[in-house]
Amino acid sequence: MEKRVFITGIGIITGIGNNADETLNSVFASHSGIGEIIHVSTIHKGSIPVSEVKCNNAELFHLLGIPEKEGISRTFLLGLMAAKEALKTSGITDISAWKTGLVSATTVGGMDKSELYYQDFLKNDFHNEYIDTHDCADSTEKIADYLGISDFLTTISTACSSSANSIMFGARLIKNGKLDRVIAGGTECLSKFHISGFHSLQILDTQPCKPFDENRQGLTLGEGAAYLILESEEVVKAENKEVLCELTGFGNACEAFHQTASSPEGTGAVLAMQKALASANLNPSDIDYINAHGTGTENNDLSEGVAIETVFGSHIPPVSSTKAFTGHTTSAAGAVEAVLSVLAIKNHLIYPNLNFQTAMKELHFLPVKNLITDAKINHVLSNSFGFGGNDTSLIFSRY
Amino acid sequence: MKAYISGIGNISPQKTCEQKGFPEELVEYTGNFLQIILPDYKLYIDLMARRRMGRIIKAGVSAAKICLNDAGATMPEAIITGTGLGCIEDTERFLSSVLENQERLLNPAHFMQSTYNTLCSQIAIQLSCTNYNNTFVHRAFSFESALIDAMMLIAEERAGNVLVGGVDEITANHYAISGKLGIWKKETVSSLHLLESSTEGTIPGEGAAYFFLTAQPVDTSYACLTDVATFYKPKTSAQMAENIQKFLAKNGMTSKDIDLLMLGFNGDVDSDEVYNRICNQIFDKKPTTAYKHLCGEFFTSTSFALSMASAILKLQQVPEYMLIKNSPELPVRNILVWNHYHNAEHSLLLVQRIEK
Amino acid sequence: MEELIAKLKEQIIAELNLEDVKPEDINDDSPLFGEGGLGLDSIDALELIVLLEKNYGIKIEDPKEGKTIFYSIRTLAEYITTNKKA
Repeated sequence: MEKRVFITGIGIITGIGNNADETLNSVFASHSGIGEIIHVSTIHKGSIPVSEVKCNNAELFHLLGIPEKEGISRTFLLGLMAAKEALKTSGITDISAWKTGLVSATTVGGMDKSELYYQDFLKNDFHNEYIDTHDCADSTEKIADYLGISDFLTTISTACSSSANSIMFGARLIKNGKLDRVIAGGTECLSKFHISGFHSLQILDTQPCKPFDENRQGLTLGEGAAYLILESEEVVKAENKEVLCELTGFGNACEAFHQTASSPEGTGAVLAMQKALASANLNPSDIDYINAHGTGTENNDLSEGVAIETVFGSHIPPVSSTKAFTGHTTSAAGAVEAVLSVLAIKNHLIYPNLNFQTAMKELHFLPVKNLITDAKINHVLSNSFGFGGNDTSLIFSRY
Repeated sequence: MKAYISGIGNISPQKTCEQKGFPEELVEYTGNFLQIILPDYKLYIDLMARRRMGRIIKAGVSAAKICLNDAGATMPEAIITGTGLGCIEDTERFLSSVLENQERLLNPAHFMQSTYNTLCSQIAIQLSCTNYNNTFVHRAFSFESALIDAMMLIAEERAGNVLVGGVDEITANHYAISGKLGIWKKETVSSLHLLESSTEGTIPGEGAAYFFLTAQPVDTSYACLTDVATFYKPKTSAQMAENIQKFLAKNGMTSKDIDLLMLGFNGDVDSDEVYNRICNQIFDKKPTTAYKHLCGEFFTSTSFALSMASAILKLQQVPEYMLIKNSPELPVRNILVWNHYHNAEHSLLLVQRIEK
Repeated sequence: MEELIAKLKEQIIAELNLEDVKPEDINDDSPLFGEGGLGLDSIDALELIVLLEKNYGIKIEDPKEGKTIFYSIRTLAEYITTNKKA
């Protein structure tokens, strides 16, 4: 029989809070993290809203209790904040007690620094300490070094489904007996590079995003990090761990349609959700809440909406996107929304789909408008769909 | 958790493309870096698709198609890619454009192409493959992680076969920038004599190699990929020696059972000493080959090594130009590929002859 | 107009990397987008918007206008003639 994978710890930092408690407080207050660009130097300051983590790097160094120094990217700082919280909530004091891996995800990596110093890299030696922080593995290895993890490390980058894929891969490492415990998730900070990139694709809303709204105009970028502590049944039993919930299903598929657009039928999304349900041995009717990818782009929300209707037929559970709270945290989104799914189960919550006003004419369901705090939630489906058509769905279940 | 290597497509700085077995003639490089020899990619990619592909994406898609042709397959059940730097040329191009044009009038195609999973998704689009798709981006663990993912999929019976590859490119800018870390040779060295060098630094290279892994051996199979393992920052060489021995023991072997070593010697005196120190202890007099004098140093270079190891096991020939010391006796049954990057990322691949 | 049409064909071939396409292969009135035409897609539309601003100083605020403006080489040339800044 396949090994079970349990979640015993969570860590999260986004524009709505530096940890899980602050995140929930923002949710209860309907407080979105979307506002003006502050920390990134870009011509889009003042015209494109984003959801930034409210601390600058100096504040993050201070909160982490590590001395400020050069050669450190914001991606690492955010990642370490979330990873440390995850370990703490899981009650892990001796990381080497079990075979432990770190599976992280990022696309920006150290670009927040590379883009400041690229011309220096070419012309002088003023900022050479940032040269090897650029690549995706840098933040993963620095987090691993800081936390004392060395049994297994890797980093995934599949655009907006990256950290959902980290969680899926981490779970499979446990199921295949390669590791007892995996810290799985992702981290992404805002950068001029990808703000400009998304702007060039003309998919950024100049107002806070409106997922699943007929008049949606695009997505709102965000930054953040989130990690789950995934542990095997053996670890949970041996350490008498409190289980937050179980990762019961996952599925990944590829749209194979276009580099930046999903098919109108949402083929990849349908396959990902169906695979997740099959792997969890659940029927669509078992799902109590769908945390949608719901970016607010014309293409995703239509494609995902159609896919949800295809999979769930006429019995669609409550659906909402939390991206109007946190922004679209790109590579971190899968893990951010996984943590939100875990919190939903623990606290019987269904999140509101902020900024929704007008139903999409193509869809038969409406997203959830108001926060529900007494929901019966046994199974949550979380979707993350990335550029290149990389689609991943995760299912979290009450234990 | 083994899998069979049943198709290969290897685009490298040597004439490995569209050629089964080993290149007869070697290409020598005396410049700053080794570069891939691109095939006629128009054979593999139509105009409307390839116009938006940078050089390394064209190479990756071509390698994937050559691999599938080699395997006699058309639709893989999963596609997984490892790349340490992604499409660095497109990243540089978009970044330069952002900086020079103050973020205005930017070409979205270059942004799109700079995302790390763009190659893996382009392959899926070209094949209309909606199956599992993943991209690993962890330095010298990138290709190994992709192999581990592929082997797990096969063991889980989530896929009966997997198209898995390692791809990385070098650009003039990246050479210049990363050179400031002191990792490249300062003096001119011929690539073919790289391993005779006793100075610091190595020479960068690039490559795009895809493999068709199957659950069972088939007619087109080269070898069995028995096991893959990664080790992060071993504290001492004794610990790494122990890692190797435990890896072999896990597979029912000892160092005596290895017929041939394929090591990531790269001409950097300090880096090469890491191998020598351990080999002197546990692999004394072992037949030893190397490969980076043929492909250069890059994060996914073990993909080149794997294609060579596969050919050795299938053809039961060891090219002279790969042999460093101690000629092997035939048959060669068990090859251990061992690579490390700055003693931080070590990887082991156990590749075995398919026994009938 | 004919001169502009010829120039546009060359610029589009260069900008959109249509390496094997020659100007004479592009019919003035055939659709540029979708099947049956040159087969351009949504990313090409964005690149054409950039081309228009870079080479002709014409800024298209709403990408959706692109559908009519970029229908064919001729419609594009006519739009430029009408809107080009002196």
